[in-house]
Amino acid sequence: MRASPGGRAALAEFRANLKAAPRRLYESAFRSGAPTTDRSRSTFVFGNVFLHLHAVRTHRWSLRWTTTLGLGVMSASAFLITLVTGVMLMFYYKPSPDLAYQSIKDIHFVVPTGRLIRNIHRWAANVMVVAVILHMARAFYTSAYRSPREYNWLIGLLLLVVTLGLSFTGYLLPWDQLAYWAITIGANIAQSPRELTDALGVTGLFDPGGFQRLLLLGSDVVGQEALIRFYLLHVMILPLALAALAAVHFWRIRKDGGLTRPADADARLAREPAADTYPVFTEAPLRTYHLAAVVRGRTPAVNDGPEHTLPSMPHLFYAELGVLMLTLLVCVALALVSDAPLKELANPSVPENPAKAPWYFLGLQEMVAFSAFMGGMGIPLIVLLGLALIPFLDRETSATGEWWGGPGGWPLVKRSALVGLAAPVAIEAFAIRFGWLREWFPAIPQLVVTAVNPATLLTAAYAAYSVWCIRRHQSARAGALALFTCFLGGFVVLTAIGTYFRGPNWVFYWSPADWPTH
Amino acid sequence: MTVTPKPSRSRLDAEPVSRRDWLGLTSLGVTAGALLFGLVGLLRLPKAAVLSSPSKKFRVALPEGLPAGEAFVPPGRAVAVFRDARGVHAISITCTHLGCLVKPTAAGFECPCHGSRFAADGSVTKGPAPRPLPWLKVSVSGSEVTIDEGTAVASGTKEV
Repeated sequence: MRASPGGRAALAEFRANLKAAPRRLYESAFRSGAPTTDRSRSTFVFGNVFLHLHAVRTHRWSLRWTTTLGLGVMSASAFLITLVTGVMLMFYYKPSPDLAYQSIKDIHFVVPTGRLIRNIHRWAANVMVVAVILHMARAFYTSAYRSPREYNWLIGLLLLVVTLGLSFTGYLLPWDQLAYWAITIGANIAQSPRELTDALGVTGLFDPGGFQRLLLLGSDVVGQEALIRFYLLHVMILPLALAALAAVHFWRIRKDGGLTRPADADARLAREPAADTYPVFTEAPLRTYHLAAVVRGRTPAVNDGPEHTLPSMPHLFYAELGVLMLTLLVCVALALVSDAPLKELANPSVPENPAKAPWYFLGLQEMVAFSAFMGGMGIPLIVLLGLALIPFLDRETSATGEWWGGPGGWPLVKRSALVGLAAPVAIEAFAIRFGWLREWFPAIPQLVVTAVNPATLLTAAYAAYSVWCIRRHQSARAGALALFTCFLGGFVVLTAIGTYFRGPNWVFYWSPADWPTH
Repeated sequence: MTVTPKPSRSRLDAEPVSRRDWLGLTSLGVTAGALLFGLVGLLRLPKAAVLSSPSKKFRVALPEGLPAGEAFVPPGRAVAVFRDARGVHAISITCTHLGCLVKPTAAGFECPCHGSRFAADGSVTKGPAPRPLPWLKVSVSGSEVTIDEGTAVASGTKEV
């Protein structure tokens, strides 16, 4: 039987469609084509669900490396690295007290690249904590929290808390001595409101501390229930929370008008014109759009296009890729020279001595060595509350977007850094040399020790100094500059003491070489 | 007759709540209430009715020649047991500060984690521990001692 002429045409069309299928698949996925014109560069960004968290065009001020030092992108990059390496580790890790330690040993000694992947995971987590803290400092010192960015500052604080939570929950998973005792201490810090309720005699009626510990451990002891809870938090709940918050954080940058920049950024950039900027609107609109009648906020710029901006593709994205590669390089290099620690198998009857938390919690551990509640919960909560209030107390507008901007400026930051570093050194030296209230008056009520100890005195000293700075400079921003700098100084000193100068029984030693052998 | 024009309302002014909006708000409220109720139910899950903790009551035989005033720590338990002429007593060795196990020494107890020191009767002499180490309930039957880690007794209580 012969095919009809019409049938032959249909077959030819079928062949042509088949031939064109790959090209059409490509075109249906990437509708804007290569980003070679301003128009296709724009669609490249807003036609992509992931990229459109960015604006289509980026201000040249944002692209100067001194604006951000790339710290935000570095935090996100480190998170991506921990995400990928973490998923790899999940192939072998078994969250059970009988198997966890052995599975980490397998990853270290048996699994091809397992040791490197685990090292990268651990180092990327450390890089992330450092990058997040420095990123917060950058945002603070350039006044990037100011209106309209208050909300994003709060989201950033939540991201800091989740980042620390991720590190803390990951610390237990190897189920070695270090992990077991650090988590025992951590869980008891969660229980530390009991220090207060016990002293007031109301624990029987109202016991938030005991409830928090039970919620965290799922049992009275650190065991299987605690391990599975920490695992669930570490691989599921906290990463999801972090991803959701990060998406809001990035999106908000765009909705808040890009990164903070000085009011005269355009004028300053005009003095150093770049070769590839040109007027975006050759005929700038002369009238405010009618749309302005229905949107809230300031009137759109009239007589002016979005000058001093560059297409985000390629300028911003290539810079971000550069930071990602740099972060990866740093993590891999550190992973090659230094192994993630793994001590002996967890032993519930012999505490590790000294039992140290990860380095970024050692400042807290130094404070809990005076009062569990104040050091572990009270003061961290006060610090977080203070940080959250900054954008609502500093409503000034001068020098926004300038490093160290505000009344007092760089000299004030230097002076505050000196105070911030000297005060904890002095208080610690006193407490180490002469002891504290309990040694002088063994019968003293616990409430007095909770209220008056080196950690609370340090906090009070910082607060008093910053109030003095507000008065002296007649500016809330000056007080914030002083307090934030002091807080960073205190963090550095307490962390350093906890890391390098505390040995067995949390006794002060000048060097680990002086530790008694046992 | 003059017609007074209604005062014109800008599109930007908030509209008064209409009947339809009221119904919408009500159903929104009911939805929120139902979800909240469900959430409260969910929140009960993480706290099991029976905890998987080991039993707090255990029996142990003291070593024959245990000198008076010397601590005996039963393997796997956070308790120090003492025997002297006036009887047997047990003191918890879980630090009241942050839960590390304190080490019995000649002078009392020492915590390895944050340097708390306790006297032989469990009272705090140094460091951040907020409370003395509790004395635990013991009952002696022949050579065996039953210790209840869950029940504290007054300091100085000894059983024969």
